Amino acid sequence: MTTKQPDGWSSKLGVIMAVAGSAVGLGNFLRFPGLVADKETGGGAFLIAYFISLLIVGLPICWVEWTLGRFGGTQGFNSSPGIFHAIVRKPWGKYVGLLGFIIPVGVYFYYVVIESWCLGYAWNSFGGGLDLGKDPAAYAAAFAGFTGQQADGAILALGKPFCFFLGVFILNFIIIYRGISQGIEFVCKWGMPVLIVIALVLLARVMTLGTPDPAKPELSVWNGLGYMWNPHDIGKGLSNPAVWLKAAAQVFFTLSVGFGVIITYASYLKKQDDVVLSGLTATAANEFCEVGLGGLITVPAAFAFLGASAVAGGTFALGFNVLPQIFAGMPFGHLFGGLFFSLLFIAAVTSSLSMLQPGIAFLEEGLGLDRRGSVALLGLITAVGCTLVVYFSADLKALGTVDFWIGDIGIFLQGTLLIYIFNFAFGTERGWEEAHQGSELRIPKAYKFVLRWVSPAFLTAIFLMFVLKNVAGWNLSFAAPAFTPTDPILDLIGGPGHPASGVARLTAFFLLLFAAFAALLIHRAGKRWDAR
Amino acid sequence: MTTAGLLFMLISVGAVTSLLTWCLVKVLSAKKPPEHLAHVEPVEAKDLDRR
Repeated sequence: MTTKQPDGWSSKLGVIMAVAGSAVGLGNFLRFPGLVADKETGGGAFLIAYFISLLIVGLPICWVEWTLGRFGGTQGFNSSPGIFHAIVRKPWGKYVGLLGFIIPVGVYFYYVVIESWCLGYAWNSFGGGLDLGKDPAAYAAAFAGFTGQQADGAILALGKPFCFFLGVFILNFIIIYRGISQGIEFVCKWGMPVLIVIALVLLARVMTLGTPDPAKPELSVWNGLGYMWNPHDIGKGLSNPAVWLKAAAQVFFTLSVGFGVIITYASYLKKQDDVVLSGLTATAANEFCEVGLGGLITVPAAFAFLGASAVAGGTFALGFNVLPQIFAGMPFGHLFGGLFFSLLFIAAVTSSLSMLQPGIAFLEEGLGLDRRGSVALLGLITAVGCTLVVYFSADLKALGTVDFWIGDIGIFLQGTLLIYIFNFAFGTERGWEEAHQGSELRIPKAYKFVLRWVSPAFLTAIFLMFVLKNVAGWNLSFAAPAFTPTDPILDLIGGPGHPASGVARLTAFFLLLFAAFAALLIHRAGKRWDAR
Repeated sequence: MTTAGLLFMLISVGAVTSLLTWCLVKVLSAKKPPEHLAHVEPVEAKDLDRR
């Protein structure tokens, strides 16, 4: 007689590394430093708002996800729809988990493309192909060419970038096919320490840069650190809603909360496995990578070589335009550049794997597919989504549209739903007890009040502000509010001087179709679960 | 960098580094939970659909 042992984590450190690996991504090394260094909304006020948001939103929701996930696992469910079906115990319960399926899979549509850029840049850097001289325009043109931004379908004509994309796409599915312990856990247990070692090597290099150009003594690493960490006017900053919005959103995105990932990963734990210390450790690992490493590498290096103007260009510009130029200007730059993009690639792989597992879990338990079937079906779904993003590469319009509606709005919505379900469907008291099952650490009692009232209120306020600013185009002023539709909205409906984008409309329509398809699968899965 | 900037950097970086170190020490020194308390029974192949 054959028996099948349920897949799961082989060690506590393994699951912690996997959750930390899911959370650590490009945002830690590129987005966070840019936010801290922002002259308008950065500085000490941002850091204070960031750490407060971490304590009252990030950490509590992490614990909520770990707790609900482990509970769902003990009920025999590993996917968001299944776990919410077990928690809510009403016909609509499983649909609460809809976002927990479409967010990670939807984000994968474009994240794997960015992942392939990192691998491509690492390859090119090690080979010396990224040394394009001192003209910033050359680096911007190289990035636009590599990503096919000049025209739709351009990337298909470019041999190497498309091969990198295909290779990375297949690599992810090979790893995910190997399962939780031999696939995800194995990669994260090796990948995360390697990532940290690479980051420490780069940190040592940046800290010893001194003043790269003696003719410009003001451009030094020390001043670069000052540019990033000097506190500015804290009182004025903390009274600015934009500071709180940016800080809370960064905490939210960096921890991968509301993503459907932690809840799925935690569902493979056993009933007496600790979730409190594990959740705190995974959060601490992410914060170490973000504040301790990301906060000391990119911005000081960019400032020391190119000055303040180089820092203010956004995540992609900093990572793929500015940093290659900096590496080209330092001794053994191709080596350090290769290491930096390898670091980004490792961070991206551990994150993209976590985006596939929620989909695999749902297809396995919802449709009764075995791993081969679920990997094949998810491969097909993601291949369609990725093709859309890869083909419509002009100005990265399709990528931006998916990122906005799924990666921004969807994650905020799911995180908000999660905290309400925890408090009002599962029950705060019951959740508190559940969290401490097998716990090796007691959560301070004050957190029960935070979980029940502060986190939902704060998150709801931030979510509303986020939607008002990014959808309705609110100017974040209470005294003289004004609303101007934002680019993602104008892309869909058009406006004066901003015609609607056919690609954005097609992408949005595809996302709606995808959501409807997912809802249909959940409906079918519900019948299967009800018949148990 | 100003003194206040240096303080912000040292406190922020120091806090997250200390927290991670403390957590890892706790995790690595924690006693292993007894497996039998929550061991998931192997699922028979024929019962997979009913799981």
